[in-house]
Amino acid sequence: MRDIRSVKRIGRLFRTTAFKLAIGILLIFTVFAVTILLYVGFCAQKLLDEQVSITLGEEIKGLLAQYNSGGVVRLVRLIERHSQQPGSSLYLVTSAAGETLAGNIMSLESDGLLKAGTYELLYRIIEDGEPRPHRALVETVILPGGFRLMVGRDLAETDRFRSVIWRTGGWSILFVLALAVAGGVFVARRVMICIDQMTETTRLIMAGDFSGRLTVAGTGDELYRLAQSLNMILDRIQELMKGLKEFSDNIANDLKTPLIRLRNSAEEALRSSNSVDELRLALDHVIDEADGLIKLFNTLLMIARAEAGGALDKGETLDIVATAHDVAELYEPLAEEAGLILRVHAERRCEIKGSRELLSQALANLIDNAIKYSVAGDSFSENKKEIVVGV
Amino acid sequence: MLRIIKLLLIEDDASAAAYLVKAFRELGHSIDHAPDGINGYTMATDGCYDVLIVDRMIPRMDGLALIRVLREQSIETPVLILSALGQVDDRAKGLRAGADDYLPKPYAFSELLARVEILSRRARVTPTEEIIFRVADLELDRLSHRVTRAGVEIELQPREFRLLKYLMRHSGQVVTRTMLLEQVWDCHFDPQTNVIDVHVSRLRSKIDKGHDLQLIHTIRGAGYTIRETNR
Repeated sequence: MRDIRSVKRIGRLFRTTAFKLAIGILLIFTVFAVTILLYVGFCAQKLLDEQVSITLGEEIKGLLAQYNSGGVVRLVRLIERHSQQPGSSLYLVTSAAGETLAGNIMSLESDGLLKAGTYELLYRIIEDGEPRPHRALVETVILPGGFRLMVGRDLAETDRFRSVIWRTGGWSILFVLALAVAGGVFVARRVMICIDQMTETTRLIMAGDFSGRLTVAGTGDELYRLAQSLNMILDRIQELMKGLKEFSDNIANDLKTPLIRLRNSAEEALRSSNSVDELRLALDHVIDEADGLIKLFNTLLMIARAEAGGALDKGETLDIVATAHDVAELYEPLAEEAGLILRVHAERRCEIKGSRELLSQALANLIDNAIKYSVAGDSFSENKKEIVVGV
Repeated sequence: MLRIIKLLLIEDDASAAAYLVKAFRELGHSIDHAPDGINGYTMATDGCYDVLIVDRMIPRMDGLALIRVLREQSIETPVLILSALGQVDDRAKGLRAGADDYLPKPYAFSELLARVEILSRRARVTPTEEIIFRVADLELDRLSHRVTRAGVEIELQPREFRLLKYLMRHSGQVVTRTMLLEQVWDCHFDPQTNVIDVHVSRLRSKIDKGHDLQLIHTIRGAGYTIRETNR
């Protein structure tokens, strides 16, 4: 069970965006590293080869100078002396016919004649009674008089050097790869832990616990910002839910009161009315109450529509000032009756896009409330008071 | 005095339909009921009705589609739409489809009755209207915007003139407060307070003050009417 879960967890880890990103970067990085390493390797190899051939050239030049001043006898003597020295150089002087005059090469495999020029040569050294293959870079010149002089350098040293370079390069690439994979896993795991926490919390919230919030670590990174935004969304949702709850509570109350009144007056009429006229009066009362309820429902519909905001996108172009004048005109007699003055202060046209219906309803509600809750001026000489509705 | 109106009600809610049929029959009107769009369409094309009352959401054929089809066939019977979708754009959609009036549910029966009576009158009178409306000794000249009572000119504000004109055009019929709000003020919302009552009482004081015969009457639970006799 545990194994399955850990396998699943690893699977999930490999599927995370962070891990995929890490792998992508790793691939690009590897390609670059290998390219650079190859370039460096080839350059080093070329340098080594060049160095060997330069040394050979220098030596040949020296030997040639000796030959020119002392002839073949001096050259043979010199070569014999060089050959005695321990080291890695190969020497050979042959006659024009190919007979060995001096040098440390026992036999040549070819027909005995050395080609002129610089080239690689395979040869064998007897070590502990066993011939072992070696590579050497040799330079051969044909001396005036038909003698041939060959000088060579064993390449085992440079080969070793070269292999050290390649091995180090290979290992460092492997090391980089391993490091990158480890880094990817680390980053992905860290992100996954954060995301898992978030998912856990959001699940809880989805299950109904709206007070839950994401833990916000104060690192200021992108996850922190995301968590912060989510928390703000949750705050807003909670606020809206609270508003909705209060709203429906209010509706329930607003509906209950007139319904109870309606029921009571019907009951009252049934119990105590004797004459038809009394019953008629009671029924009139009942109808009035029902009309009030209808009005209430219409208002609720209006509020629902305004809340949905759907009416706004089908807005028409309207003149606020004209609308204000219309509404004021409708309410003017009512205000006057209440001992108030209703005036519209608006100079020019002001066109907006919106619902004339909703705007006039809003203005009407404002003016209506202003009229209802204003008391006529207390001064006796001037018993008129101004209502100011600012928008 | 009572004109019999021939009505067709297209409504799928059986209890609402039964209530309306009973109410209209009690008032002496003749009313047929169709429970769905197809039946309603057949009956509307056959019978000669004064007014159609159509619910917007009915089975087998949508109310708006029904009206559109009728209008395409030049059947110009006035149509009143009943709808639970009491919204402005729905009202606009209904009127665009060819309906003549729109009443959102829930509504008061008195409101429906008043509107139906107005619509039925519209179906009968010729479209050319008289220039001068007369009720008893009250005269309103639509062209010169002059109002006189017993030969004496009465000064009216433009809105009061429109209010009186509307009342006089439908003299003898009940006009509800909502109808006045819609027709005179072009307001499609409920102003909660009795604004209309105040306007009408102002108008009444200008028209009826100093005269024995009161012309503007309040109909309890319904609205207003302008007429000579105190029925």
